[in-house]
Amino acid sequence: MSFGAKASLAISTALILALSGPALAQRTDVVVGLVLEPPHLDPTSNAAAAIDEVVYANVFEGLTRFGPNGDILPALAESWDVAEDGLTYRFMLHDGVTFHDGSAMTADDVVFSLDRARADDSVNAQKFLFADIAEVTAEDDTTVVVTLDQPNGNFLFNMAWGDAVIVAPESAETNTTDPVGTGPFRFADWRQGDSVTIERNPDYWGEPVQLERATFRFIADPTAAFAAMMAEDVDTFPVYPAPETLSILDADPRFEAIVGTTEGETILAMNNRREPLDDVRVREAIVHAIDRQEIIDGAMFGYGTPIGTHFAPHHPAYVDLLDLSAHDPQRSRELLAEAGVEGLTLSLALPPPVYARRGGEIIAAQLRAVGIETEIVNVEWAQWLEQVFGNGDFDLTVISHTEPLDIEIYGRDDYYFGYAAPSFLAIWDELNETLDPDARNALLGDLQRDIAENYVNVYLFQLAKAGVQNVDLEGMWVNAPTQATDLTGAYWAR
Amino acid sequence: MRVAPSLIIGAVLSLAFVVMALVSLVWTPFDVTALAVGNRLVPPGDAHWLGTDHFGRDIFSMILVGARTSIAVALVAVGVGMVIGVPLGLTAASRAGSWFDDLIMRGNDLVFAFPALIIAILITAIFGPGAINAIIAIGIFNIPVFARLTRGAALSLWTRDFILAARLAGKGRARISLEHILPNVSNTLLVQATIQFSLAILAEAGLAYVGLGAQPPVPSWGRMLAEAQTMIALAPHVALVPGLAIVSTVLGLNLFGDGLRDLFDPRLQRGPA
Amino acid sequence: MTRFLLCRTISLLASLLVASLVIFLVLEVLPGDPARFMLGLNTSPEALAALREQLGLTAPLPARYLGWLAGMAVGDFGISYTYRVPVADLIVERLWVSLPLALYALTLSTLIAIPVGVLAAANRNGLIDFSAMGLTQIGIALPNFWFAMLLVLAFAVNLRWFSSGGFPGWQDPGAAVRALTLPAIALALPQASILARVMRSSLIDTLDEDYVRTARAKGLTRGQALWRHALRNALIPVVTIMGLQFSFLLAGAIIIENVFYLPGLGRLAFQAISARDLIVVRSVVMILVFAVITITFLVDIAYALIDPRLRRRAP
Repeated sequence: MSFGAKASLAISTALILALSGPALAQRTDVVVGLVLEPPHLDPTSNAAAAIDEVVYANVFEGLTRFGPNGDILPALAESWDVAEDGLTYRFMLHDGVTFHDGSAMTADDVVFSLDRARADDSVNAQKFLFADIAEVTAEDDTTVVVTLDQPNGNFLFNMAWGDAVIVAPESAETNTTDPVGTGPFRFADWRQGDSVTIERNPDYWGEPVQLERATFRFIADPTAAFAAMMAEDVDTFPVYPAPETLSILDADPRFEAIVGTTEGETILAMNNRREPLDDVRVREAIVHAIDRQEIIDGAMFGYGTPIGTHFAPHHPAYVDLLDLSAHDPQRSRELLAEAGVEGLTLSLALPPPVYARRGGEIIAAQLRAVGIETEIVNVEWAQWLEQVFGNGDFDLTVISHTEPLDIEIYGRDDYYFGYAAPSFLAIWDELNETLDPDARNALLGDLQRDIAENYVNVYLFQLAKAGVQNVDLEGMWVNAPTQATDLTGAYWAR
Repeated sequence: MRVAPSLIIGAVLSLAFVVMALVSLVWTPFDVTALAVGNRLVPPGDAHWLGTDHFGRDIFSMILVGARTSIAVALVAVGVGMVIGVPLGLTAASRAGSWFDDLIMRGNDLVFAFPALIIAILITAIFGPGAINAIIAIGIFNIPVFARLTRGAALSLWTRDFILAARLAGKGRARISLEHILPNVSNTLLVQATIQFSLAILAEAGLAYVGLGAQPPVPSWGRMLAEAQTMIALAPHVALVPGLAIVSTVLGLNLFGDGLRDLFDPRLQRGPA
Repeated sequence: MTRFLLCRTISLLASLLVASLVIFLVLEVLPGDPARFMLGLNTSPEALAALREQLGLTAPLPARYLGWLAGMAVGDFGISYTYRVPVADLIVERLWVSLPLALYALTLSTLIAIPVGVLAAANRNGLIDFSAMGLTQIGIALPNFWFAMLLVLAFAVNLRWFSSGGFPGWQDPGAAVRALTLPAIALALPQASILARVMRSSLIDTLDEDYVRTARAKGLTRGQALWRHALRNALIPVVTIMGLQFSFLLAGAIIIENVFYLPGLGRLAFQAISARDLIVVRSVVMILVFAVITITFLVDIAYALIDPRLRRRAP
């Protein structure tokens, strides 16, 4: 194709510059593909991961933040002191930070943000992050003191969540459509249903970013996502929705696949309250019926790491317990016979993601092989949340729990799979009183063992962060310690 | 009377479709519920005539069983439309101009006015996805089609002499509708039914694309096609085979329906296709 | 005439009222709580309750229904639960994509269908007729998302003539039209197939009418008769079908909008259903129903004005 024809057909001038070779200037814009459109852009009033995927670290910042590998880094708080009793945190804020509307970010804004998040009428989706806070006070313009009711080893980690970002009182209510944060990018435009654009914040307090603008495009259809990459309408898909075509894109010299880890433990959850799943032998029978590798290969085209318990394998406290749940159909049948269960039919609720829909079909076939029939019920998210999660009305379901370090859900009495055994809670209480990191890791190991030995759920695999991007794009996150698209380090190599 | 070539082509394609469904009742080369992930996306060849899909299932076997699903969904959906729509149309025609007629016709307009796919999505959101709910969703929109067609065809009959004779003989409206009108509109209804039948197969594919329709492990052409979308760059046969199956069946049924119309009513014979 | 108008207006209002009640009730029985959807897995019961209150979900059923009706009457459709912007703004913005797309597709479909239909009718039973009608049968039989995907692979991925999807906005009309071209083709082809068949049979019917025969008897050639007399009359059913197709294209493009990730009305409704943004769903459905019912109403009135016989519905 001649250059003339190409020019007449290309979508934007920026794209022409990129296509016509290295002689021209480096690109300073990027188009990011996302599967889901955020409902709005305020991370403090909605759980949608899509909000953080646009604004986290780019537009909004908190006191602390997640680094690319999950480490907790300083953000608006330059440094902090923790009192010996673990109850008082004193945060020293950066000087001269301004919001995108030009107003100064001071200790009062921090007090406002944290108080707003933990207020009675707060609609923050992760209110538990703030549950231990007793009081937040501003000592002076750049010093904030947070007092806790009880020591909380996770407090700095909690403050790094997108739900804990610092907002200004004047703009808090309008952040949904016109987000005003302190980040290196400021909000530019939202074409609802199509894209959100952010641009470089010239008054940023920290190191300025290299990109001048970034556009997030919302493409839900996996085939459309493939086409958009191939047609170079999109530069990167950090979480690419069609693992089956990742190998094709990776083989193309224009693109590379970026495969990292996420915090998503994908499980086949079982309703521990319901007969006959309240019998540990039946649960163990189901566990041994499952061949994880076949699910990873069949549903995710090989992307994913088998797990033997509800814990991320890249975490230092992870314990390999895969032996407890090896694929053994013979053992399954024996256990079912032992439990006196025959002709079992279970419902299997599958939410929309491909890991659930495709994985569920494979699971159904594997269970059939040991004599358990399943009735597949495909559900939308809203239905899953109400029926399965809210009312606990299910037998089996496939779901990925994407929050970091969320093994604590096994101690919740009202949680949908209904475990909360005394053995687990005893370890959990001990963990809360322990501050020594090694001892904590050992206890975390005990928790993992407890839920694996009691076969609460079938722990399938750790969801991979399978993304794809233009080979010349650098500085994107490989792993996903939180669901975000941090563009602060991104740049074009050519 | 000359039999149009399109009728023959249509009949052959439609027959092939029915035969596939019947064969699947007694025999398929492979078990369609058995997965073999290690054997996935095999191109068409000796072992698997039409290759295997992303779970290693035999596509030819799935096409056979899928034909059965399509027939079941389309047949019942059209049946629902006819069973409710035809009596409504007959009654409306027998009381043409009355408030009842008006009510039915306004009701028809109202159903027509609803965006079909959105309503189908809502129905499945309420009752959950599945073949039955796909049938209901498609069936609802078949009711006004048959009601309107029946009314229109019946209206012209009511002015005919033999109906007048029946009325003079003291037969009631309902009895006339049943004994004299219905037999005379049945050809028209049959033709429309084949066309609605083919539309229902297409509608099932559309519903499957948005994740509704027949649920696994029951194979359905629509779901095969929808699931194969992302595989087309990887293994084109997975997306092409169900697509061609749908196209040729819908084509066959439409040609058959048109051919039938010409056959029943030579006055309307309009040549090919 | 006044009586007729009055009757039809009452029936129009009754239809709209019934439609609004049906839509409202259907959405009420829809399982799934918008507040829970927005707050996700880790939320607390207090936060859920606070949000429900904030969204106005705690008011009694009849009050919410009447509130919705009263709002609509003055053009206020409420605030979207999830997007937190006025529903009317959302809909208007989406119409800027859906309306041009529907018009574009309808134009394409007409431009294809009328010549094909006329050509086929003029060559009745000939080779052109046979192959044209065969092609239209295939056009009708294609599942639209499959066809759309083949278009994307051919023209966006391989030839790179068009972008694979998305919509750049109307600031650059050229780019906007280009972005809508593949989706419009995907929508237009099946519609054109139907329209061409209607055109052909309608024209053949008219050509058999007495006045056309007379015209031919007066020495006009077949072609002259066709152009001067038949075509105009044959267009009436074609235009009627076009009206139906337009309303279908406006609402029925969900699948095509999804394949080309276009921010249209259908996709808005689809996404709103899965997010349980009920206030958006019911307003979109209501507007679509309103549009179709009103168009039908206006067409009825127009016909009645032209032809007084139609004022009585009796045979």
